[in-house]
Amino acid sequence: MDSVPKKRKSVSRRAFIQSVSGGAVGAGVVSRLLGKEPRPRPTGPGELEVFEKKRISFTVNGRKVILDAEPRETLLQVLRERLRLTGAKRVCNRGECGGCTVLLNGRTVYACHLLAVQADGADVLTVEGLASGDKLHPVQQAFIDKDGYQCGFCTPGFLLASVGLLAKNKQPTFDEIRAGLAGNICRCGNYQKIYAAVGAAAEVLRRG
Amino acid sequence: MKNFQYGKPASLEQAAAFLGPGDPNVFVMGGGTDLLGEIKEGLVEPAVVIDLKAVPGLAYIKKDKDGVAIGALTTIADLAEDPGIQKDYRVLHEAAAVVASPQLRNVGTVGGNLCQRPRCWYYRDARIVCNKKGGVKCYAEKGRNKYHAVFAGGLCWAVYPSDLAPALIALDAKAVILSAKGERTVPLAEFYMPPIVNVRKENVLNGQEIVKEVRVPQAKANEKSAYLKFIERGSWDFAVVSAAVKAVLSGTTIENIRIVCGGVAPVPWRMTKAEEALKGRKATEAAARQAAKSALKDASPLAENGYKIELLETIIARAVGSLGK
Repeated sequence: MDSVPKKRKSVSRRAFIQSVSGGAVGAGVVSRLLGKEPRPRPTGPGELEVFEKKRISFTVNGRKVILDAEPRETLLQVLRERLRLTGAKRVCNRGECGGCTVLLNGRTVYACHLLAVQADGADVLTVEGLASGDKLHPVQQAFIDKDGYQCGFCTPGFLLASVGLLAKNKQPTFDEIRAGLAGNICRCGNYQKIYAAVGAAAEVLRRG
Repeated sequence: MKNFQYGKPASLEQAAAFLGPGDPNVFVMGGGTDLLGEIKEGLVEPAVVIDLKAVPGLAYIKKDKDGVAIGALTTIADLAEDPGIQKDYRVLHEAAAVVASPQLRNVGTVGGNLCQRPRCWYYRDARIVCNKKGGVKCYAEKGRNKYHAVFAGGLCWAVYPSDLAPALIALDAKAVILSAKGERTVPLAEFYMPPIVNVRKENVLNGQEIVKEVRVPQAKANEKSAYLKFIERGSWDFAVVSAAVKAVLSGTTIENIRIVCGGVAPVPWRMTKAEEALKGRKATEAAARQAAKSALKDASPLAENGYKIELLETIIARAVGSLGK
């Protein structure tokens, strides 16, 4: 956990000078400045193997996907840039706004704040998989009927967050809807209509 | 984001063996919600990340004769939704339910929540090298410190952000810690270290250790508890201040009480003076406010966070008052 940040120029200069005077530590800093990759650790039987690239497989909207992911790739990057599923939006890219919300094994997650390797073996649902053919999901239909969006940019995230909420709570109160959607931001401020849409969708879903 | 190597251990023992050499560039992660933020911000640059959540069998909430054992890889959502926790440990249920947002609770783990790094904006800015990052200064002390500590600052005024930690300390919980050398059990009350002990880290883990489980003792029949958290946004946020209280009551009279606050010190902060003052008193808001007021005389707020004292007084009063109802 004790690691010195290396991004700031003036700081790495100071860290550099300090550690050069420290001999062996200086060598580490130099190699890092030269961009040398960490050396792979030897692995014996039973020892943990580590990967710079890992083959992962998961289902997206019911379709099986197999690909090689770098550990640093987020699920959102893989969805948008490699699978061309651009419904989940990259907005804050730090797990705060909800624009990238998808379902992972039925639970809402921020795709921007989860590594693709963490989704290995999982079942992912994005907004592209919500409708069945031409028939919209009841939550999608309710967002249309109740004007649950303005610019629409946050909508895919809100849709998935709503589906995730209604899977857990079939009959949410107004306060439960608010709390359930607390992880999503709508910069148009259309919250009241979003909440109304979720309430309406809950009714439709209950009636089956 | 610079690439790193990724390990998916088959067991916690295998992960612990890998940590054995004590390489500071090897990181373990639970849900990764905190670590990923640190990597993205350039605060850390791991060579290897070990994914503990990939280890099977570490997400559980098990009741036994001693109380309840919570696997470190249990998600916060599962903890918040567990009916047994809700029934027997209200403070823990209430704390888990207000951690971050639904999406983060679905990914974040109990172990990760207990080991998360502080949110201080100077610490989180990779360009600033403060005491916590090996520098020679705390930039909050004379800088912008609205969200900082009012107790036990000095070398570092960042507050400890966890909601679960104050709740678990109020419940006298213990952490089971694993390393290649074996297991040890540490009361959570002794798990966190103030900056004066080691400003670079917040807990007693030595870099080769992993939190494996949290054990909460059996709740007594006449035990009551509650968690209150004040946040600035209506939706979700880290605590500005929070209070975890647990009392053993006879009727509405307090036999003994634990009050542990979040958002006020670099470690979860026990209000021992207020606890003492409340012994034998009724669990009412008025009594608690009086006890809190006098205990808070020990606080040393900075230029911009004096308001936390009043907030604390109120939040402690309301939390304790709720026990008597």
